[in-house]
Amino acid sequence: MESVAVLINLAYVAAAGLFIIGLKLLSHPSSARKGNAVSAIGMLVAVVVTLLDHQIIAYHWILTGFFAGGVYGVWKARSVEMTQMPEMVSLFNGFGGAASLLLGWATVNHQTLTGYEHISILVLLTVVLTVMIGGITFSGSLVAWGKLSGKMSTKAVIFRGLRELSIVHLIALLALSIVFINQPDTTIWLYLVIILALSFGVLATISIGGADMPVVIALLNSYSGIAASAAGLAVNNTILIVTGLLVGASGLILTNIMCKAMNRSLLNVLLSGFAKPAEAMEKIEGEIKIMPAADAFYVLEAAQAVLVVPGYGMAVAQAQHAVRELQALLEENGCSVDYAIHPVAGRMPGHMNVLLAEADVPYDQLYEMDEVNPRMESYDVIIVIGANDVVNPAAKEMKGSPIYGMPVIEAYRANTVFVLKRSADAGFAGVDNPLFFRDNTRMVLGDAKDTINTIIREFGDD
Amino acid sequence: MENIYLIFIALLAAFLGFELIRKVPATLHTPLMSGSNAISGITLVGALAASGSDNSILTTILGTIAVALASINVVGGYLVTDRMLGMFKKKDKK
Repeated sequence: MESVAVLINLAYVAAAGLFIIGLKLLSHPSSARKGNAVSAIGMLVAVVVTLLDHQIIAYHWILTGFFAGGVYGVWKARSVEMTQMPEMVSLFNGFGGAASLLLGWATVNHQTLTGYEHISILVLLTVVLTVMIGGITFSGSLVAWGKLSGKMSTKAVIFRGLRELSIVHLIALLALSIVFINQPDTTIWLYLVIILALSFGVLATISIGGADMPVVIALLNSYSGIAASAAGLAVNNTILIVTGLLVGASGLILTNIMCKAMNRSLLNVLLSGFAKPAEAMEKIEGEIKIMPAADAFYVLEAAQAVLVVPGYGMAVAQAQHAVRELQALLEENGCSVDYAIHPVAGRMPGHMNVLLAEADVPYDQLYEMDEVNPRMESYDVIIVIGANDVVNPAAKEMKGSPIYGMPVIEAYRANTVFVLKRSADAGFAGVDNPLFFRDNTRMVLGDAKDTINTIIREFGDD
Repeated sequence: MENIYLIFIALLAAFLGFELIRKVPATLHTPLMSGSNAISGITLVGALAASGSDNSILTTILGTIAVALASINVVGGYLVTDRMLGMFKKKDKK
Protein backbone atom coordinates (compact mmCIF):
# COMPACT_ATOMS: atom_id res chain seq x y z
CA MET A 1 0.00 0.00 0.00
CA GLU A 2 1.28 3.44 -0.82
CA SER A 3 1.89 5.92 1.98
CA VAL A 4 -1.17 8.13 1.35
CA ALA A 5 -3.47 5.12 1.45
CA VAL A 6 -1.87 3.96 4.70
CA LEU A 7 -2.30 7.41 6.20
CA ILE A 8 -5.95 7.54 5.15
CA ASN A 9 -6.65 4.14 6.62
CA LEU A 10 -4.89 4.94 9.88
CA ALA A 11 -6.96 8.11 10.15
CA TYR A 12 -10.10 6.02 9.55
CA VAL A 13 -9.14 3.80 12.47
CA ALA A 14 -8.79 6.92 14.62
CA ALA A 15 -12.15 8.24 13.39
CA ALA A 16 -13.87 4.93 14.16
CA GLY A 17 -12.31 5.05 17.64
CA LEU A 18 -13.68 8.56 18.18
CA PHE A 19 -17.18 7.48 17.07
CA ILE A 20 -17.05 4.59 19.54
CA ILE A 21 -15.87 6.82 22.41
CA GLY A 22 -18.56 9.32 21.45
CA LEU A 23 -21.28 6.69 21.68
CA LYS A 24 -19.88 5.45 24.96
CA LEU A 25 -20.07 8.94 26.47
CA LEU A 26 -23.72 9.06 25.37
CA SER A 27 -24.52 6.56 28.13
CA HIS A 28 -25.07 9.37 30.65
CA PRO A 29 -26.77 12.78 30.26
CA SER A 30 -23.88 14.56 31.99
CA SER A 31 -21.27 13.34 29.50
CA ALA A 32 -23.49 13.06 26.42
CA ARG A 33 -22.76 16.52 25.04
CA LYS A 34 -19.04 15.83 25.15
CA GLY A 35 -19.69 12.52 23.42
CA ASN A 36 -21.44 14.28 20.57
CA ALA A 37 -18.46 16.62 20.18
CA VAL A 38 -16.01 13.70 20.17
CA SER A 39 -18.08 12.01 17.48
CA ALA A 40 -18.09 15.23 15.42
CA ILE A 41 -14.29 15.40 15.63
CA GLY A 42 -14.17 11.82 14.36
CA MET A 43 -16.27 12.88 11.39
CA LEU A 44 -14.02 15.85 10.71
CA VAL A 45 -10.92 13.63 10.76
CA ALA A 46 -12.53 11.14 8.37
CA VAL A 47 -13.66 13.82 5.91
CA VAL A 48 -10.45 15.87 5.89
CA VAL A 49 -8.19 12.89 5.40
CA THR A 50 -10.37 11.57 2.58
CA LEU A 51 -9.74 14.80 0.68
CA LEU A 52 -6.05 13.79 0.52
CA ASP A 53 -6.99 10.87 -1.71
CA HIS A 54 -5.17 11.47 -4.98
CA GLN A 55 -8.17 10.24 -6.95
CA ILE A 56 -9.79 13.52 -6.04
CA ILE A 57 -8.56 16.13 -8.45
CA ALA A 58 -11.31 18.73 -8.43
CA TYR A 59 -12.72 20.34 -5.34
CA HIS A 60 -15.28 22.75 -6.74
CA TRP A 61 -18.12 20.21 -6.91
CA ILE A 62 -17.32 18.91 -3.46
CA LEU A 63 -17.41 22.43 -2.05
CA THR A 64 -20.64 23.23 -3.89
CA GLY A 65 -22.34 20.15 -2.47
CA PHE A 66 -20.94 20.66 0.99
CA PHE A 67 -22.01 24.29 1.23
CA ALA A 68 -25.47 23.65 -0.12
CA GLY A 69 -26.01 20.83 2.38
CA GLY A 70 -24.19 22.54 5.23
CA VAL A 71 -26.19 25.77 5.04
CA TYR A 72 -29.48 23.88 4.97
CA GLY A 73 -28.28 21.69 7.85
CA VAL A 74 -27.34 24.68 10.03
CA TRP A 75 -30.64 26.40 9.30
CA LYS A 76 -32.66 23.29 10.05
CA ALA A 77 -30.77 22.48 13.25
CA ARG A 78 -31.24 26.00 14.58
CA SER A 79 -34.85 26.56 13.58
CA VAL A 80 -36.44 23.20 14.39
CA GLU A 81 -38.89 23.16 17.30
CA MET A 82 -38.35 20.39 19.84
CA THR A 83 -41.89 19.17 19.20
CA GLN A 84 -40.90 18.66 15.56
CA MET A 85 -37.92 16.41 16.27
CA PRO A 86 -39.65 13.26 14.97
CA GLU A 87 -40.23 14.92 11.59
CA MET A 88 -36.67 16.16 11.41
CA VAL A 89 -35.14 12.79 12.29
CA SER A 90 -37.39 11.15 9.69
CA LEU A 91 -36.34 13.63 7.04
CA PHE A 92 -32.67 13.11 7.89
CA ASN A 93 -33.11 9.33 7.77
CA GLY A 94 -34.43 9.90 4.25
CA PHE A 95 -31.48 12.08 3.23
CA GLY A 96 -29.10 9.42 4.53
CA GLY A 97 -30.87 6.75 2.49
CA ALA A 98 -30.86 8.94 -0.61
CA ALA A 99 -27.14 9.73 -0.24
CA SER A 100 -26.35 6.01 -0.10
CA LEU A 101 -28.60 5.30 -3.07
CA LEU A 102 -26.85 7.96 -5.18
CA LEU A 103 -23.43 6.73 -4.09
CA GLY A 104 -24.30 3.19 -5.13
CA TRP A 105 -25.61 4.42 -8.46
CA ALA A 106 -22.52 6.60 -9.02
CA THR A 107 -20.28 3.60 -8.28
CA VAL A 108 -21.90 1.49 -10.97
CA ASN A 109 -21.80 4.38 -13.40
CA HIS A 110 -18.12 4.94 -12.70
CA GLN A 111 -17.25 1.27 -13.02
CA THR A 112 -19.14 1.02 -16.31
CA LEU A 113 -16.63 3.40 -17.85
CA THR A 114 -13.66 1.32 -16.77
CA GLY A 115 -15.18 -1.92 -18.05
CA TYR A 116 -17.47 -4.52 -16.49
CA GLU A 117 -14.92 -7.29 -16.49
CA HIS A 118 -13.24 -5.78 -13.45
CA ILE A 119 -16.37 -5.53 -11.34
CA SER A 120 -16.57 -8.32 -8.82
CA ILE A 121 -19.84 -10.03 -7.93
CA LEU A 122 -19.49 -8.71 -4.37
CA VAL A 123 -19.42 -5.11 -5.60
CA LEU A 124 -22.48 -5.63 -7.78
CA LEU A 125 -24.32 -7.39 -5.00
CA THR A 126 -23.56 -4.65 -2.50
CA VAL A 127 -24.46 -1.94 -5.00
CA VAL A 128 -27.85 -3.54 -5.48
CA LEU A 129 -28.29 -3.80 -1.71
CA THR A 130 -27.25 -0.18 -1.24
CA VAL A 131 -29.63 1.10 -3.88
CA MET A 132 -32.49 -1.05 -2.61
CA ILE A 133 -32.15 -0.24 1.11
CA GLY A 134 -31.30 3.39 0.34
CA GLY A 135 -34.37 3.74 -1.88
CA ILE A 136 -36.74 2.13 0.62
CA THR A 137 -35.29 4.32 3.40
CA PHE A 138 -35.67 7.47 1.31
CA SER A 139 -39.28 7.08 0.19
CA GLY A 140 -40.37 5.44 3.44
CA SER A 141 -38.88 8.28 5.45
CA LEU A 142 -40.57 10.88 3.28
CA VAL A 143 -43.94 9.23 3.93
CA ALA A 144 -43.16 9.09 7.68
CA TRP A 145 -42.14 12.74 7.54
CA GLY A 146 -45.37 13.63 5.73
CA LYS A 147 -47.44 11.83 8.35
CA LEU A 148 -45.59 13.28 11.32
CA SER A 149 -45.62 16.85 10.05
CA GLY A 150 -49.33 16.67 9.29
CA LYS A 151 -48.82 17.05 5.54
CA MET A 152 -50.48 13.65 5.16
CA SER A 153 -53.20 11.92 7.13
CA THR A 154 -51.73 10.00 10.06
CA LYS A 155 -54.29 7.24 9.56
CA ALA A 156 -53.06 3.97 8.13
CA VAL A 157 -53.85 3.91 4.39
CA ILE A 158 -55.16 0.54 3.34
CA PHE A 159 -56.56 -0.45 -0.02
CA ARG A 160 -57.54 -3.69 -1.63
CA GLY A 161 -54.61 -5.64 -2.96
CA LEU A 162 -52.01 -3.68 -0.96
CA ARG A 163 -50.56 -6.84 0.47
CA GLU A 164 -50.43 -8.57 -2.92
CA LEU A 165 -48.84 -5.49 -4.47
CA SER A 166 -46.14 -5.46 -1.78
CA ILE A 167 -45.36 -9.13 -2.32
CA VAL A 168 -45.15 -8.60 -6.09
CA HIS A 169 -42.74 -5.72 -5.42
CA LEU A 170 -40.47 -7.90 -3.32
CA ILE A 171 -40.37 -10.70 -5.86
CA ALA A 172 -39.72 -8.25 -8.70
CA LEU A 173 -36.92 -6.59 -6.71
CA LEU A 174 -35.25 -9.92 -6.11
CA ALA A 175 -35.59 -10.98 -9.76
CA LEU A 176 -34.32 -7.66 -11.13
CA SER A 177 -31.35 -7.73 -8.75
CA ILE A 178 -30.31 -11.14 -10.03
CA VAL A 179 -30.72 -10.01 -13.63
CA PHE A 180 -28.69 -6.86 -12.98
CA ILE A 181 -25.84 -8.75 -11.31
CA ASN A 182 -25.66 -10.96 -14.38
CA GLN A 183 -25.94 -8.09 -16.87
CA PRO A 184 -24.38 -5.05 -15.20
CA ASP A 185 -23.90 -3.33 -18.55
CA THR A 186 -27.65 -2.95 -19.02
CA THR A 187 -28.29 -0.04 -16.68
CA ILE A 188 -32.06 -0.19 -17.19
CA TRP A 189 -32.15 -3.06 -14.67
CA LEU A 190 -30.59 -0.86 -12.03
CA TYR A 191 -33.04 1.95 -12.77
CA LEU A 192 -35.92 -0.48 -12.37
CA VAL A 193 -34.51 -1.63 -9.03
CA ILE A 194 -34.36 2.01 -7.89
CA ILE A 195 -37.94 2.72 -8.99
CA LEU A 196 -39.30 -0.41 -7.33
CA ALA A 197 -37.37 0.23 -4.11
CA LEU A 198 -38.84 3.73 -3.96
CA SER A 199 -42.40 2.56 -4.48
CA PHE A 200 -41.95 -0.31 -2.02
CA GLY A 201 -40.81 2.16 0.64
CA VAL A 202 -44.06 4.10 0.14
CA LEU A 203 -46.23 0.96 0.28
CA ALA A 204 -44.51 -0.26 3.44
CA THR A 205 -45.08 2.97 5.39
CA ILE A 206 -48.46 4.32 4.26
CA SER A 207 -50.15 1.33 5.87
CA ILE A 208 -48.75 2.15 9.32
CA GLY A 209 -50.77 4.34 11.69
CA GLY A 210 -49.51 7.31 13.70
CA ALA A 211 -49.27 5.52 17.04
CA ASP A 212 -46.79 3.03 15.58
CA MET A 213 -44.54 5.83 14.28
CA PRO A 214 -41.86 5.43 16.99
CA VAL A 215 -41.17 1.94 15.66
CA VAL A 216 -41.08 3.09 12.05
CA ILE A 217 -38.69 5.98 12.71
CA ALA A 218 -36.35 3.74 14.68
CA LEU A 219 -36.43 1.11 11.94
CA LEU A 220 -35.78 3.64 9.14
CA ASN A 221 -32.94 5.06 11.27
CA SER A 222 -31.45 1.60 11.29
CA TYR A 223 -31.95 1.19 7.52
CA SER A 224 -30.12 4.44 6.81
CA GLY A 225 -27.12 3.04 8.67
CA ILE A 226 -27.30 -0.32 6.93
CA ALA A 227 -27.50 1.43 3.56
CA ALA A 228 -24.34 3.41 4.39
CA SER A 229 -22.63 0.20 5.44
CA ALA A 230 -23.62 -1.57 2.21
CA ALA A 231 -22.32 1.43 0.27
CA GLY A 232 -19.06 1.00 2.17
CA LEU A 233 -18.80 -2.59 0.99
CA ALA A 234 -19.52 -1.43 -2.58
CA VAL A 235 -16.83 1.26 -2.64
CA ASN A 236 -14.48 -0.78 -0.45
CA ASN A 237 -14.32 1.77 2.35
CA THR A 238 -13.95 0.41 5.89
CA ILE A 239 -15.04 3.54 7.76
CA LEU A 240 -18.40 3.47 5.98
CA ILE A 241 -18.88 -0.20 6.85
CA VAL A 242 -18.06 0.28 10.52
CA THR A 243 -19.97 3.48 11.22
CA GLY A 244 -22.92 2.44 9.09
CA LEU A 245 -23.29 -0.68 11.21
CA LEU A 246 -23.02 1.29 14.46
CA VAL A 247 -26.04 3.29 13.29
CA GLY A 248 -27.76 0.15 12.05
CA ALA A 249 -27.33 -1.50 15.45
CA SER A 250 -28.58 1.60 17.23
CA GLY A 251 -31.77 1.72 15.18
CA LEU A 252 -32.42 -1.99 15.64
CA ILE A 253 -32.07 -1.76 19.42
CA LEU A 254 -34.48 1.17 19.58
CA THR A 255 -36.91 -0.68 17.31
CA ASN A 256 -36.75 -3.65 19.63
CA ILE A 257 -37.32 -1.51 22.74
CA MET A 258 -40.36 0.13 21.11
CA CYS A 259 -41.84 -3.20 20.07
CA LYS A 260 -41.37 -4.65 23.55
CA ALA A 261 -43.00 -1.58 25.07
CA MET A 262 -46.08 -2.32 22.98
CA ASN A 263 -45.88 -6.07 23.52
CA ARG A 264 -45.92 -6.65 19.78
CA SER A 265 -43.56 -8.25 17.34
CA LEU A 266 -41.91 -6.14 14.66
CA LEU A 267 -43.77 -8.09 12.02
CA ASN A 268 -47.04 -7.32 13.75
CA VAL A 269 -46.29 -3.58 13.70
CA LEU A 270 -45.22 -3.59 10.06
CA LEU A 271 -48.28 -5.54 9.00
CA SER A 272 -50.65 -3.89 11.47
CA GLY A 273 -52.43 -2.07 8.71
CA PHE A 274 -53.52 -5.39 7.33
CA ALA A 275 -54.99 -6.64 10.58
CA LYS A 276 -58.72 -6.81 11.04
CA PRO A 277 -60.19 -4.24 13.41
CA ALA A 278 -60.25 -5.52 16.98
CA GLU A 279 -63.29 -7.45 18.12
CA ALA A 280 -65.73 -5.52 20.22
CA MET A 281 -64.67 -5.99 23.80
CA GLU A 282 -66.47 -6.07 27.12
CA LYS A 283 -68.68 -3.12 27.82
CA ILE A 284 -67.17 -0.69 30.28
CA GLU A 285 -69.46 0.01 33.23
CA GLY A 286 -69.60 3.29 35.10
CA GLU A 287 -69.69 6.93 34.24
CA ILE A 288 -67.15 9.57 33.49
CA LYS A 289 -66.70 12.20 36.18
CA ILE A 290 -65.75 15.60 34.89
CA MET A 291 -64.00 18.16 37.07
CA PRO A 292 -63.42 21.81 36.20
CA ALA A 293 -59.78 22.94 36.21
CA ALA A 294 -60.43 25.36 39.06
CA ASP A 295 -61.56 22.51 41.31
CA ALA A 296 -58.54 20.43 40.37
CA PHE A 297 -56.48 23.16 41.98
CA TYR A 298 -57.89 22.45 45.46
CA VAL A 299 -56.87 18.82 45.22
CA LEU A 300 -53.41 19.70 43.99
CA GLU A 301 -52.96 22.29 46.71
CA ALA A 302 -53.42 19.59 49.34
CA ALA A 303 -51.25 17.01 47.56
CA GLN A 304 -47.89 15.87 48.93
CA ALA A 305 -46.68 13.81 45.98
CA VAL A 306 -47.68 14.32 42.35
CA LEU A 307 -46.74 12.25 39.34
CA VAL A 308 -47.06 13.66 35.83
CA VAL A 309 -47.58 11.24 32.92
CA PRO A 310 -47.07 13.09 29.63
CA GLY A 311 -48.05 11.85 26.18
CA TYR A 312 -48.17 13.08 22.62
CA GLY A 313 -51.05 15.42 23.53
CA MET A 314 -48.63 17.46 25.64
CA ALA A 315 -46.46 18.01 22.58
CA VAL A 316 -49.46 18.97 20.42
CA ALA A 317 -50.70 21.48 23.01
CA GLN A 318 -47.11 22.74 23.56
CA ALA A 319 -47.93 22.42 27.24
CA GLN A 320 -44.44 21.48 28.51
CA HIS A 321 -43.55 24.99 29.71
CA ALA A 322 -46.87 25.38 31.54
CA VAL A 323 -46.26 21.98 33.16
CA ARG A 324 -42.85 23.15 34.33
CA GLU A 325 -44.43 26.28 35.82
CA LEU A 326 -46.99 24.18 37.66
CA GLN A 327 -44.19 21.95 38.94
CA ALA A 328 -42.39 24.97 40.42
CA LEU A 329 -45.59 26.13 42.18
CA LEU A 330 -46.27 22.65 43.56
CA GLU A 331 -42.71 22.31 44.82
CA GLU A 332 -42.95 25.71 46.50
CA ASN A 333 -46.05 24.36 48.17
CA GLY A 334 -44.03 21.49 49.65
CA CYS A 335 -45.18 18.86 47.18
CA SER A 336 -42.82 16.52 45.35
CA VAL A 337 -43.22 16.23 41.57
CA ASP A 338 -42.07 13.26 39.52
CA TYR A 339 -42.55 12.44 35.86
CA ALA A 340 -43.21 8.98 34.47
CA ILE A 341 -42.37 8.38 30.83
CA HIS A 342 -43.58 5.38 28.89
CA PRO A 343 -41.17 4.16 26.19
CA VAL A 344 -43.70 4.77 23.40
CA ALA A 345 -45.06 8.09 24.68
CA GLY A 346 -44.82 10.64 21.89
CA ARG A 347 -43.91 10.00 18.29
CA MET A 348 -40.32 8.85 18.69
CA PRO A 349 -38.16 7.20 21.35
CA GLY A 350 -37.30 9.72 24.07
CA HIS A 351 -39.52 12.45 22.60
CA MET A 352 -41.10 13.43 25.94
CA ASN A 353 -37.72 13.61 27.67
CA VAL A 354 -36.46 16.17 25.18
CA LEU A 355 -39.61 18.30 25.46
CA LEU A 356 -39.36 18.34 29.25
CA ALA A 357 -35.64 19.04 29.09
CA GLU A 358 -36.46 22.00 26.84
CA ALA A 359 -38.82 23.28 29.54
CA ASP A 360 -36.00 22.98 32.12
CA VAL A 361 -37.32 19.93 33.92
CA PRO A 362 -34.22 18.25 35.44
CA TYR A 363 -33.60 14.81 33.95
CA ASP A 364 -33.27 13.18 37.37
CA GLN A 365 -36.98 13.83 37.97
CA LEU A 366 -37.94 11.77 34.92
CA TYR A 367 -38.60 8.11 35.67
CA GLU A 368 -39.14 5.10 33.49
CA MET A 369 -42.30 3.03 33.76
CA ASP A 370 -40.68 0.20 35.73
CA GLU A 371 -39.33 2.64 38.31
CA VAL A 372 -42.67 4.25 39.18
CA ASN A 373 -45.05 1.32 38.91
CA PRO A 374 -44.01 -0.33 42.22
CA ARG A 375 -44.61 2.91 44.16
CA MET A 376 -47.79 4.05 42.45
CA GLU A 377 -49.80 4.04 45.70
CA SER A 378 -47.48 6.64 47.23
CA TYR A 379 -48.69 9.35 44.84
CA ASP A 380 -51.63 11.50 45.93
CA VAL A 381 -52.37 12.77 42.47
CA ILE A 382 -51.40 11.59 39.02
CA ILE A 383 -51.80 14.09 36.22
CA VAL A 384 -52.12 12.40 32.84
CA ILE A 385 -51.45 14.98 30.12
CA GLY A 386 -52.37 14.03 26.58
CA ALA A 387 -51.60 10.36 27.16
CA ASN A 388 -54.12 7.58 26.85
CA ASP A 389 -53.05 4.11 25.78
CA VAL A 390 -49.92 4.13 27.94
CA VAL A 391 -52.07 4.41 31.11
CA ASN A 392 -54.88 2.15 29.92
CA PRO A 393 -55.71 -0.56 32.50
CA ALA A 394 -57.37 -2.59 29.72
CA ALA A 395 -53.86 -3.69 28.79
CA LYS A 396 -53.79 -5.62 32.05
CA GLU A 397 -57.40 -6.54 32.61
CA MET A 398 -59.25 -7.03 29.33
CA LYS A 399 -58.23 -10.09 27.38
CA GLY A 400 -60.14 -8.90 24.29
CA SER A 401 -58.49 -5.50 24.13
CA PRO A 402 -56.17 -4.82 21.16
CA ILE A 403 -53.54 -3.54 23.58
CA TYR A 404 -53.88 -6.47 26.01
CA GLY A 405 -50.45 -7.43 27.34
CA MET A 406 -48.81 -4.08 26.68
CA PRO A 407 -46.90 -2.86 29.74
CA VAL A 408 -48.52 0.36 31.01
CA ILE A 409 -48.00 3.00 33.67
CA GLU A 410 -50.46 1.86 36.33
CA ALA A 411 -51.88 5.29 37.07
CA TYR A 412 -55.20 3.80 38.25
CA ARG A 413 -53.52 2.58 41.45
CA ALA A 414 -52.92 6.12 42.75
CA ASN A 415 -55.35 7.96 45.04
CA THR A 416 -56.59 10.41 42.46
CA VAL A 417 -56.03 10.56 38.73
CA PHE A 418 -56.57 13.70 36.67
CA VAL A 419 -56.84 13.06 32.97
CA LEU A 420 -56.25 16.21 30.93
CA LYS A 421 -57.81 15.61 27.57
CA ARG A 422 -59.49 17.47 24.74
CA SER A 423 -62.58 15.27 24.85
CA ALA A 424 -63.65 12.00 26.42
CA ASP A 425 -63.19 10.07 23.14
CA ALA A 426 -61.03 7.00 22.67
CA GLY A 427 -57.31 7.63 22.18
CA PHE A 428 -55.12 7.41 19.15
CA ALA A 429 -55.31 3.66 18.85
CA GLY A 430 -59.11 3.94 19.00
CA VAL A 431 -59.21 1.86 22.15
CA ASP A 432 -61.64 2.67 24.97
CA ASN A 433 -59.95 3.49 28.21
CA PRO A 434 -61.56 2.07 31.39
CA LEU A 435 -59.32 4.41 33.41
CA PHE A 436 -61.71 7.25 32.55
CA PHE A 437 -64.55 5.39 34.25
CA ARG A 438 -62.78 4.65 37.51
CA ASP A 439 -64.03 6.09 40.79
CA ASN A 440 -60.70 7.78 41.49
CA THR A 441 -60.47 9.38 38.03
CA ARG A 442 -61.51 12.93 37.19
CA MET A 443 -61.52 14.14 33.62
CA VAL A 444 -60.40 17.73 33.15
CA LEU A 445 -61.53 18.47 29.62
CA GLY A 446 -60.06 21.09 27.32
CA ASP A 447 -56.73 22.12 25.84
CA ALA A 448 -54.01 20.84 28.17
CA LYS A 449 -52.10 24.11 28.15
CA ASP A 450 -55.22 26.18 29.00
CA THR A 451 -56.17 23.75 31.77
CA ILE A 452 -52.75 23.95 33.41
CA ASN A 453 -52.66 27.71 33.04
CA THR A 454 -56.03 27.92 34.79
CA ILE A 455 -54.65 25.88 37.69
CA ILE A 456 -51.53 28.07 37.78
CA ARG A 457 -53.75 31.19 38.00
CA GLU A 458 -55.61 29.65 40.92
CA PHE A 459 -52.29 29.19 42.71
CA GLY A 460 -51.57 32.86 42.05
CA ASP A 461 -54.89 34.04 43.50
CA ASP A 462 -54.35 31.98 46.58
CA MET B 1 -9.28 -12.54 0.84
CA GLU B 2 -9.84 -8.83 1.30
CA ASN B 3 -13.60 -9.40 1.10
CA ILE B 4 -13.39 -11.78 4.03
CA TYR B 5 -11.67 -9.07 6.06
CA LEU B 6 -14.42 -6.61 5.21
CA ILE B 7 -17.10 -9.03 6.36
CA PHE B 8 -15.08 -9.74 9.50
CA ILE B 9 -14.89 -6.02 10.27
CA ALA B 10 -18.63 -5.67 9.61
CA LEU B 11 -19.43 -8.44 12.09
CA LEU B 12 -17.30 -6.93 14.85
CA ALA B 13 -18.71 -3.44 14.25
CA ALA B 14 -22.27 -4.73 14.53
CA PHE B 15 -21.58 -6.45 17.87
CA LEU B 16 -19.76 -3.42 19.22
CA GLY B 17 -22.68 -1.22 18.17
CA PHE B 18 -25.17 -3.41 20.03
CA GLU B 19 -23.08 -3.37 23.21
CA LEU B 20 -22.52 0.39 23.15
CA ILE B 21 -26.06 1.43 22.38
CA ARG B 22 -27.71 -0.92 24.84
CA LYS B 23 -26.18 1.26 27.57
CA VAL B 24 -27.76 4.51 26.35
CA PRO B 25 -30.56 5.45 28.80
CA ALA B 26 -34.12 5.93 27.52
CA THR B 27 -34.03 9.62 28.34
CA LEU B 28 -31.37 10.13 25.65
CA HIS B 29 -33.01 8.13 22.89
CA THR B 30 -34.01 11.16 20.80
CA PRO B 31 -30.49 12.68 20.84
CA LEU B 32 -29.18 9.19 20.10
CA MET B 33 -31.31 9.08 16.96
CA SER B 34 -30.36 12.55 15.74
CA GLY B 35 -26.76 11.74 16.60
CA SER B 36 -26.91 8.59 14.52
CA ASN B 37 -28.41 10.67 11.71
CA ALA B 38 -25.18 12.66 11.87
CA ILE B 39 -22.97 9.58 11.99
CA SER B 40 -24.77 7.96 9.05
CA GLY B 41 -23.70 11.05 7.11
CA ILE B 42 -20.37 9.19 6.88
CA THR B 43 -21.60 8.40 3.35
CA LEU B 44 -20.07 11.83 2.71
CA VAL B 45 -16.64 10.19 2.78
CA GLY B 46 -17.62 7.81 0.00
CA ALA B 47 -19.35 10.55 -1.97
CA LEU B 48 -16.29 12.82 -1.97
CA ALA B 49 -14.42 10.52 -4.33
CA ALA B 50 -17.41 10.27 -6.65
CA SER B 51 -17.86 14.02 -6.98
CA GLY B 52 -14.22 15.04 -7.05
CA SER B 53 -12.62 12.51 -9.38
CA ASP B 54 -12.18 12.71 -13.10
CA ASN B 55 -15.49 11.07 -13.82
CA SER B 56 -18.30 11.18 -16.31
CA ILE B 57 -20.82 13.99 -15.91
CA LEU B 58 -23.46 11.66 -14.48
CA THR B 59 -21.10 10.30 -11.80
CA THR B 60 -20.12 13.84 -10.83
CA ILE B 61 -23.77 14.97 -10.60
CA LEU B 62 -24.77 11.94 -8.52
CA GLY B 63 -21.72 12.36 -6.32
CA THR B 64 -22.34 16.05 -5.76
CA ILE B 65 -25.98 15.54 -4.76
CA ALA B 66 -24.83 12.73 -2.44
CA VAL B 67 -22.27 15.10 -0.89
CA ALA B 68 -24.99 17.73 -0.35
CA LEU B 69 -27.43 15.27 1.27
CA ALA B 70 -24.78 13.69 3.48
CA SER B 71 -23.57 17.15 4.52
CA ILE B 72 -27.09 18.02 5.67
CA ASN B 73 -27.01 14.96 7.91
CA VAL B 74 -23.54 15.61 9.26
CA VAL B 75 -23.88 19.34 9.90
CA GLY B 76 -27.57 19.39 10.87
CA GLY B 77 -27.36 16.16 12.86
CA TYR B 78 -24.43 17.19 15.07
CA LEU B 79 -25.75 20.71 15.63
CA VAL B 80 -29.27 19.70 16.59
CA THR B 81 -27.96 16.94 18.86
CA ASP B 82 -25.71 19.44 20.60
CA ARG B 83 -28.63 21.86 20.97
CA MET B 84 -30.77 19.14 22.51
CA LEU B 85 -28.12 17.77 24.86
CA GLY B 86 -27.45 21.31 26.09
CA MET B 87 -31.01 21.34 27.46
CA PHE B 88 -30.56 18.29 29.70
CA LYS B 89 -29.89 19.58 33.18
CA LYS B 90 -29.53 17.99 36.58
CA LYS B 91 -31.59 19.22 39.48
CA ASP B 92 -29.84 21.97 41.48
CA LYS B 93 -29.12 20.69 44.93
CA LYS B 94 -29.28 23.86 46.93
